[in-house]
Amino acid sequence: MDALRYTLKRILLMIPILIGISMLTFFISNTIPGDPARLAAGPYADAKVIEELQEKMGLNDPVYIQYFRYMKSLLQGDLGNSNYSHQPVMEDIKQYFPATLELTFFSMFITILIGIPLGVISASKKDKIADQFARVLALIGVAMPAFWLGIILLLFFYLKLGVLPGSGRLDTGLAPPETITGMYTIDAILTGNWTVFTSAVIHLILPGITQAAVTIGMITRMTRSSMLEVLRSDYIRTAFAKGGSERRVLYGHALRNGMMPIMTLLGMTFGHSLGGSVLVESVFSWPGLGKYAVNAITYLDFPAVMAVTILIAVLFIIVNLVIDILYQVVDPRLNYE
Amino acid sequence: MSRRILQSPLTIVGIFLVALIIILAIFAPWIAPRDPLEVNLGQKLLPPSSEHWFGTDEVGRDILSRIIFGTRISLKIGLMVVLISFPIGTILGAVAGYVGGIVDQIIMRLTDIFLSFPGIILSMSIAAALGPSIENVLLALAITWWPWYTRIVRSSVLSIRSSEFIESAKAIGANPLRILFKEIIPNAIAPASIQASLDLGFVILAAAGLSFIGLGAQPPSPEWGAMLSSSREILRDAWWAATFPGLAILLTVLGFNLLGDGMRDLFDPKNR
Repeated sequence: MDALRYTLKRILLMIPILIGISMLTFFISNTIPGDPARLAAGPYADAKVIEELQEKMGLNDPVYIQYFRYMKSLLQGDLGNSNYSHQPVMEDIKQYFPATLELTFFSMFITILIGIPLGVISASKKDKIADQFARVLALIGVAMPAFWLGIILLLFFYLKLGVLPGSGRLDTGLAPPETITGMYTIDAILTGNWTVFTSAVIHLILPGITQAAVTIGMITRMTRSSMLEVLRSDYIRTAFAKGGSERRVLYGHALRNGMMPIMTLLGMTFGHSLGGSVLVESVFSWPGLGKYAVNAITYLDFPAVMAVTILIAVLFIIVNLVIDILYQVVDPRLNYE
Repeated sequence: MSRRILQSPLTIVGIFLVALIIILAIFAPWIAPRDPLEVNLGQKLLPPSSEHWFGTDEVGRDILSRIIFGTRISLKIGLMVVLISFPIGTILGAVAGYVGGIVDQIIMRLTDIFLSFPGIILSMSIAAALGPSIENVLLALAITWWPWYTRIVRSSVLSIRSSEFIESAKAIGANPLRILFKEIIPNAIAPASIQASLDLGFVILAAAGLSFIGLGAQPPSPEWGAMLSSSREILRDAWWAATFPGLAILLTVLGFNLLGDGMRDLFDPKNR
């Protein structure tokens, strides 16, 4: 019952944040640009067109009326029309979103697969060579521009060696699988199309590693410090004293108890990957939200940029909420505050 | 204290890198072998050689000279963003922690809203609204960066709020503003200033990213992110055009991170 109450409370607490986000994005779209009508009309429009547009967009109304109108359309899922594709931005986003989600999940998978063991090894061999190596690797991962790593990987594995594809989601000539989730790997599994599945995974490798490089650094550092704390406790010493194998004690006892802070960080990592998609997708011509946003910037398509901004922020909040709730479910000792 | 710094090799590397970047930025015109904007079509796409250590780009500009002049742009962005956002964040955090109540609630919910945008997404949309230029990227990053300091300063203010020296200042009837600026902020600022030195690197990284997607510095400016962006066109013919500007970003960010980590260890040895 407590867990249910906690969940409800957290969901209710989300509402003011969402309202805040809508106010901030309204402020950015309607106040910062000197004149949104001029922005919408493009650089070559004459004064009369702009005046008509100002009236049509309701820019002569008081600000709070403009805000409520903005809010109302947001709630109806109307994110405005793209100045470039001339269709509702929502339609564009539906098309690009699954690609971003697929890339994000894949890079999180790599992050967990590499980052957590690296952190565990680093902590258990504290100050030895393996630890120093892992720490330097994590330092470089955090300091490195992901988009640069992407270009270097592209240079090496695509242009020089030619072993991995450098752009897109599938080999040319392959038809995408029937759309169920929009994520090609999952749809390929669901339809049993293994050729498409293999091609989709191969195309995910370079952008996935690029996206994961930064978050691996973050997770490795967090896992290391969390594990160092746990490894000092008595029950770990007891487990070793009872003759438990190193692997069993590290992964069975210690990691399980050191998992909490790591989980919180994984939520932040998810958001970080979504944010980073803007850079990584444009390196690999990955047809997702990030690439869409960057194209929109190039074409001065402002409604599209704002739509991506709002969507990513909302998604980030939801993911963190889910993790917070899971946290409570996994560890009932925490009180539902 | 200085001996403690010298005991950590990584901190020394950090100090060395940061010093190098500052020297390059100050003395760029004397150190750089060529004019960073000088076009020389007869020498385009030359690989690294003794003549051009880092090679030349698609219009024959010397990449090493461009990178050296790029330190000025990056350092300026890093410093300006921190110098704008740090005081704002500090004052808001100190007010939130000291005054408490509804003021605290409002300020902290405001930081929640800003921090609910991951990565460079919020600065991207602000910079896109303002229009592409370095000054606008600078402003956009400052607008998105202050909440971090607010959070850190607030929590250190909370930990000293009921200390004796604050209580005695109150008891002698000091003006609340005076207490805030003379007693609270100076005593609560250390953790946030360590964060600020780490942030110099992260701001530079974010600014390079924004330039990379076309929002910040515009060609032919020798900004590292913009250089990386245009290097993609010639990737097949000139690996050097992509490699060196990225290394410059990596080493700069690494330098500030190592320095910041070293400072944190110095002031808070528990963290090790």
